[in-house]
Amino acid sequence: MEQIPVTMTVNGKKVQRFVEPRTLLIHFLREDLNLTGPHIGCETSHCGACTVDMNGMSVKSCTLFAAQANNAELTTIEGMANADGTLSALQEGFRQMHGLQCGFCTPGMITRAHTLLQENPDPTEEEIRFGIAGNLCRCTGYQNIVKAIQYAAAKLNGRDYQEAAE
Amino acid sequence: MNDMTPSREQREAALEGMGCKRKRVEDIRFTQGKGKYVDDIKMPGMLHGDFVRSPYAHAKVTKIDATEALKIPGVIAVLTAEDLKGVNLAWMPTLAGDVQMVLADGKVLYQNQEVAFVVAEDRYIADDAIQLIEVEYEELPVLVDPFKSMDPDAPVLRPDLEGKMEGAHGPRKHHNHIFNWSVGDEDATDKAFAEAEVTVKEMISYHRTHPSPLETCQCLASMDKVNGELTLYGTFQAPHVIRTVASLLSTIPEHKIHVIAPDVGGGFGNKVGAYPGYICSIVASIVTGQPVKWVEDRMENLSTTSFARDYHMTTEIAAKKDGTVTGLKVHVLGDHGGFDACADPSKWPAGFFNIVTGSYDFPVAHLSVDGVYTNKAPGGVAYRCSFRVTEAAYCIERGMDVLAQKLGMDPADLRLKNFIKPEQFPYNSALGWEYDSGDYHTAMHKAMDAIDYRGLREEQKAKQEAFKRGETREIMGIGVCFFTEIVGAGPSKNCDILGVAMFDSAEIRIHPTGSVISRMGSKSQGQGHETTWAQIIATEIGIPAADIMVEEGDTDTAPYGLGTYGSRSTPVAGAAIALAARKIRAKAQMIAAHMLEVSEFDLEWDIDGFQVKGNPEARKSMKEIAWAAYNAPPPGIEPGLEAVSYYDPPNMTYPFGAYFCVMDIDVDTGVAKTRRFYALDDCGTRINPMIIEGQVHGGLTEAFAIAMGQEISYDEMGNVMGASFMDFFLPTAVETPHWETDHTVTPSPHHPIGAKGVGESPNVGGVPAFSNAVNDAFGFLGSTHIQMPHDAWRVWQVAKNLGAHG
Ligand code: FES
Ligand code: FES
Repeated sequence: MEQIPVTMTVNGKKVQRFVEPRTLLIHFLREDLNLTGPHIGCETSHCGACTVDMNGMSVKSCTLFAAQANNAELTTIEGMANADGTLSALQEGFRQMHGLQCGFCTPGMITRAHTLLQENPDPTEEEIRFGIAGNLCRCTGYQNIVKAIQYAAAKLNGRDYQEAAE
Repeated sequence: MNDMTPSREQREAALEGMGCKRKRVEDIRFTQGKGKYVDDIKMPGMLHGDFVRSPYAHAKVTKIDATEALKIPGVIAVLTAEDLKGVNLAWMPTLAGDVQMVLADGKVLYQNQEVAFVVAEDRYIADDAIQLIEVEYEELPVLVDPFKSMDPDAPVLRPDLEGKMEGAHGPRKHHNHIFNWSVGDEDATDKAFAEAEVTVKEMISYHRTHPSPLETCQCLASMDKVNGELTLYGTFQAPHVIRTVASLLSTIPEHKIHVIAPDVGGGFGNKVGAYPGYICSIVASIVTGQPVKWVEDRMENLSTTSFARDYHMTTEIAAKKDGTVTGLKVHVLGDHGGFDACADPSKWPAGFFNIVTGSYDFPVAHLSVDGVYTNKAPGGVAYRCSFRVTEAAYCIERGMDVLAQKLGMDPADLRLKNFIKPEQFPYNSALGWEYDSGDYHTAMHKAMDAIDYRGLREEQKAKQEAFKRGETREIMGIGVCFFTEIVGAGPSKNCDILGVAMFDSAEIRIHPTGSVISRMGSKSQGQGHETTWAQIIATEIGIPAADIMVEEGDTDTAPYGLGTYGSRSTPVAGAAIALAARKIRAKAQMIAAHMLEVSEFDLEWDIDGFQVKGNPEARKSMKEIAWAAYNAPPPGIEPGLEAVSYYDPPNMTYPFGAYFCVMDIDVDTGVAKTRRFYALDDCGTRINPMIIEGQVHGGLTEAFAIAMGQEISYDEMGNVMGASFMDFFLPTAVETPHWETDHTVTPSPHHPIGAKGVGESPNVGGVPAFSNAVNDAFGFLGSTHIQMPHDAWRVWQVAKNLGAHG
């Protein structure tokens, strides 16, 4: 099949490839760029395992063509760690608050949470729950994911994380 | 060396052993997207396999023509049943003693059944080919209702079994009958019912649902024809068993098959069985000489890989007027789909359903189960439960509520009255299990106090009055559930899978510098084994968990084990670890004695080493002992410090719990809001409280989904009505309630560390708690039992039928 050129910046690096027009962004990331952090859980935009940040918005890369990301700025989970390689506040939050189990939803979840905190740096629990409603997790029951995001928000806002009284 | 000697507490803390909320080591890779799941693995020359699937639920396949598909550049091969016959793989054995088609052999038995396997250079080309493969079908009458399976004129689903009156589990009554299994004393039970002051009877259905882990089932098969070796990566919960099955089927010797389960994105029972995708990938790799990957999509996962439940349970309880139960009778009709591929230990066609007497002291009971074929997907799995225990717990917990209602008794009081008493343990149940330990009254009272149960009942009464007066349109339900699980399959005297006894194994090897590698027969799918197994070892041998690496899932390196499902890891593999560690400690004691020039009996264990009794100054740490094991072992003793343990448990373990759900239901919309959910679990010794709590949260969320909306349903043509995440309910963070967790600790007396297993308890106990809450809310309007799932539409209909809409 005919190939078309695509160019984009992924995790700060410029990449240029030829792809079939029908190539999905998730396959482009995973197969062509070897970025296997974003996962495939449904291919229908429901689970969020494939979430990446595109130009400051969370997108589900399973239902976008690679061609639609032409000239875009993308961040995947591989681009989330701090510049010195240490875990970002969110990644740390997920570990500290036990916000994951099998880890399959985690890259999408953290990537979504990253963008959520750009949109709303200090969200309430309810705003977090709504904010991650496009990301399914089968293992954790969400409560600790919410805490993980609260932990990161607190840290990024220069506070210590205080667990809400139950 | 520090000049400050660390205190006992510091030494203890440095180990991060059992009981500590150790942060998970897995998370370091998972939070960075560095996990390695099957689909992340690539091999040079790798091809991609995909299935042509049947649009019909029951049809003859009269022709498969792949001519056009094979013309597409990049399409390498198309396999059909005829090709598989050449290598004797058109049919495969199931875990339940039945056989199953790998690819449609003359007919299909359920929608989306695998008809042909396309092998192509990439996923897109495989998809193109699928569109061009012409399959001709001749439709046959479809059977979807299990209650009609054994009608005289029901269509014959399995011509291969026609006329066979003997099945894998005894006599068959009908061409669509699979087995009848009965246990208990029927005469004594009938007598108890004849003499009973009160009896109740209810048809309690547990609908068909699906585990749907976020990662679907997938594999990568690579046949090295030169060396005759097969490497198989896959999403396996039991990699060793897959190796044995692959060897038996393919006749490749077992030592030349390497099965690797890398990181697995959730299992919940879905990844126990063997699926056509695995077989076809292996065959395709043998045929093409190239590695072949098969990745299932979500629709395929939901509509064809193992479903769960689908049990229809006629439940009868006999009791005295004061509420004392005197007998239990249950008949189950089990819908097993097109092939009996249920995952149960060989001897148990209905798993451990005979735990159905629950937490109550039933003097007599009788249970009988009939399994039948229908035109639905095969393979009932123990979805986050130990082999049909979830169904059993639902059955008895609903049944007890029905009885309470009839007696006009409080459901919590009825349970308290009938609990097995602490002094009765070990307790022999009327249906043949020996419960190891329990203290149900303490747990129940603790839970009732924690949620102010009596206060809630008063509030409920007031609300009901207000509702009757027309002052509110909201009703309130309090769901009570007390469950007893049976996990840790299992003792070889009870349990095997395809003839392999269900033990588990651990190998621990200490290196000269005191760092440790441990390899296991279990396989984590998110349970955090790398973290918790190291904690057990740390406590047992006094080496910090941070210095212990745990490896699972590679059959080349791990000792043979039966894998992870049915909450068996902690009860079985956890015990194997403790015992392997104790073997090491015993040898370490001899080495330390030699080093300190005393008799080994003069030594005592102290946190992280041995010291001379009464002289803590004279001690050798485990790290020092490890070094000595390699350079100066005592004369006559082999160097090295390692041990293997294969653990065959003497009994199952019986975790239990008290769960309460408080719900407010709007009768006009049918929307049920969970106000509170409180879960008290007793899983014996707690290895990592943080991980236990996480498991409880996850299990409750799955229970919530099942009880409140999730269902695999079929129309009368056998079309699957909900096979995507659009219509198969998986809760998001928005609907999921807030969870409150609590615990008591009643260790298992026969387990080396007293641990019982917890991963499935919240699902087992959660579903009845939710369902009982909905039922409890409507009870005062005259309903006795409402079938699950309780989504808003169904709840609205119930309210309407009960006249609650005014
Ligand atoms: S894989 Fe993209 S949303 Fe599920
Ligand atoms: S951690 Fe398993 S799906 Fe979220």
